[in-house]
Amino acid sequence: MKELLKVKDLVIHYQTDDGLVEALNGVSLSIGEGETLGLVGETGAGKTTLAKGIMRLIPNPPGKIKEGEIFYDGKDLLALGDIEMQDIRGGHISMIFQDPMTSLNPVMTVGDQIMEVIQKHNNISKQEAYQKAGEMLELVGIVKERANDYPHQFSGGMKQRVIIAIALACNPKLLIADEPTTALDVTIQAQVLEMINRLKKKLNTSMLLITHDLGVVAQNCDHVAIIYAGEIVEYGDLQQVFKNTQHPYTEGLFGSIPSLAANVKRLQPVEGLMPDPTDLPEGCKFHTRCKYVQDICKKNVPPLIDIGEGHLVRCVRCQKQ
Amino acid sequence: MTDAKNEILRVEGLKKYFGSSGAVLHAVDDVNFSINEGATLGVVGESGCGKSTMGRTILRLHEPTEGKVFFKGENIVDYDKKQMKALRKEMQIIFQDPFASLNPRMSISETIIEPLIIQGVYDKKDKAGLQKRVRELMDLVGLAERLINTYPHELDGGRRQRIGIARALALNPKFIVCDEPVSALDVSIQAQILNLMQDLQDELGLTYMFITHDLSVVKHFANDIAVMYLGQLVEKAPAELLFKNPLHPYTKALLSAIPVPDPDYKMERILLQGEITSPINPEPGCRFAKRCPLATAECSGQDLVLREVEPEHFVTCRLVQ
Ligand SMILES: Nc1ncnc2c1ncn2[C@@H]1O[C@H](COP(=O)(O)OP(=O)(O)O)[C@@H](O)[C@H]1O
Ligand SMILES: Nc1ncnc2c1ncn2[C@@H]1O[C@H](COP(=O)(O)OP(=O)(O)O)[C@@H](O)[C@H]1O
Ligand SMILES: [Mg+2]
Ligand SMILES: [Mg+2]
Repeated sequence: MKELLKVKDLVIHYQTDDGLVEALNGVSLSIGEGETLGLVGETGAGKTTLAKGIMRLIPNPPGKIKEGEIFYDGKDLLALGDIEMQDIRGGHISMIFQDPMTSLNPVMTVGDQIMEVIQKHNNISKQEAYQKAGEMLELVGIVKERANDYPHQFSGGMKQRVIIAIALACNPKLLIADEPTTALDVTIQAQVLEMINRLKKKLNTSMLLITHDLGVVAQNCDHVAIIYAGEIVEYGDLQQVFKNTQHPYTEGLFGSIPSLAANVKRLQPVEGLMPDPTDLPEGCKFHTRCKYVQDICKKNVPPLIDIGEGHLVRCVRCQKQ
Repeated sequence: MTDAKNEILRVEGLKKYFGSSGAVLHAVDDVNFSINEGATLGVVGESGCGKSTMGRTILRLHEPTEGKVFFKGENIVDYDKKQMKALRKEMQIIFQDPFASLNPRMSISETIIEPLIIQGVYDKKDKAGLQKRVRELMDLVGLAERLINTYPHELDGGRRQRIGIARALALNPKFIVCDEPVSALDVSIQAQILNLMQDLQDELGLTYMFITHDLSVVKHFANDIAVMYLGQLVEKAPAELLFKNPLHPYTKALLSAIPVPDPDYKMERILLQGEITSPINPEPGCRFAKRCPLATAECSGQDLVLREVEPEHFVTCRLVQ
């Protein structure tokens, strides 16, 4: 598989009145062509920051990309000028934002909103753009006659499909979807994910799928990265991470979800809370909640090591083996 | 059938309509069920199907349009203001969004004290007694004593939900409507709160009506599950049985849409066509018929009631033998 996106040692901090928010602390990842990478972590782990970092949409101030590199199709995105970057956004990389309901313009018809994106990135006539907008709507299962309707005339699930139509309107090669179905009911979520997957296959799009739902990952991704306090703590293919879970935090995530199959009397969650990103602990950032904590964890930041066939784990227990 | 002796709540023909003349929204439309003391009834269904309205109408936070609610054998729909005030001690509610349901200008201790004073359990001047009770309750829900004078905005979602629970428990209620109490929380915090609620139920003998859209949570938590669709219960059964042998086509579709966190599990989704329809002036007949893959002409025209098709398993669908 050809590598489409490569992020190396990305560090992003926000300077706020409450102190320096260390949101992303050296994240590396790569996504191949046509591949879906799931990014899983709890609120505040840095998922949206990573996504916006790749899109170069970190608000500055207060945010700043401090270190690291981002390569898209071999191009160094951090070295691009604003105009070139605009061409990448929408034309090559599209993002579905976490709060979908705020990313549609309430006073513009959905058809016009899709057309706007198409015309920005393609040199085609208004009529052609209108026709393409209609096709995109049909692709996401909405009849093209509804192109003249406004967002408030659609239900939540339909609005989300419109957003996906906009994100895919320019046949991006990489789709970054930030919790695209979190606000939807399961039946609608199933419809939306099914549709994204169908379009992905058809267009051979790569995807970074951000979610906190391990079920969504298991059913939609090829690889998964678990992120905690701005660091990737475990990475691998689904079999490696789901069937041979190594990091105590990943273990805690699995212990937190009620199982449909087994009859678990009591959930086994990670105790405690995520550390304050303005005041991260020394050593392993997870050590304050870890049930296997040793003295060394409080001093040294464990490296992310390959425990075999690309299964990466950031834990001192794996280092020893 | 339920043992009448143990029954704490019974709902008969409960209706709650909104609006008048012309467009009447049938939020809850002829619901019947009962809950035994110390048990948990899970109520599941997509957003807008009437779960919250049903919970609130049972507590008479909404006045029912029609129907009876028996609490410990007495029809509380007939209760006057004074009787209702006394009853509030026994029936409480926990809301989804702990932030929106707490007064931002009240500290933890003031929040917990309020119902104790309103109900006249303690005299306002009995500072020592009140402080003691607040500390007891904080301890019960796992809130550190040092937080006693903090305000909701200073706390994370999990702790805010613990305040909501402490406040609901302040008056030693018997029955609690839990309206999506963990839906807004991250999975590890969600699991912590679910464990807490389970412990409290065991310790205090509480009866819960647990409203959620997350089916794996109710399977874990509830004794019985009622599936709601457009204001009506379409299926009700013990939790295990409902998952093992779902009978209503809607329940089947709902269960098939849950993403299973196991990469080896191949989901066979029953994809529903179309969106949930409007609950305004619904026509008689099965309300799911428009989306149902099995519906025939006979499904419309006549309203359906829950029938017992195997012991303790109730379903409305006329196609189920
Ligand atoms: N614009 C911003 N200004 C200051 N802090 C921010 C900003 N955006 C995000 N953060 C902080 O960065 C951390 C990571 O946030 P985010 O990337 O949104 O996490 P996630 O998407 O995983 O919930 C959090 O502590 C958050 O409060
Ligand atoms: N106070 C109200 N006035 C009018 N309609 C309402 C009111 N509360 C709820 N509804 C409507 O009743 C239906 C059921 O809503 P709700 O009980 O909140 O559903 P759920 O909790 O299952 O999401 C919805 O169509 C909603 O719009
Ligand atoms: Mg986010
Ligand atoms: Mg509700």
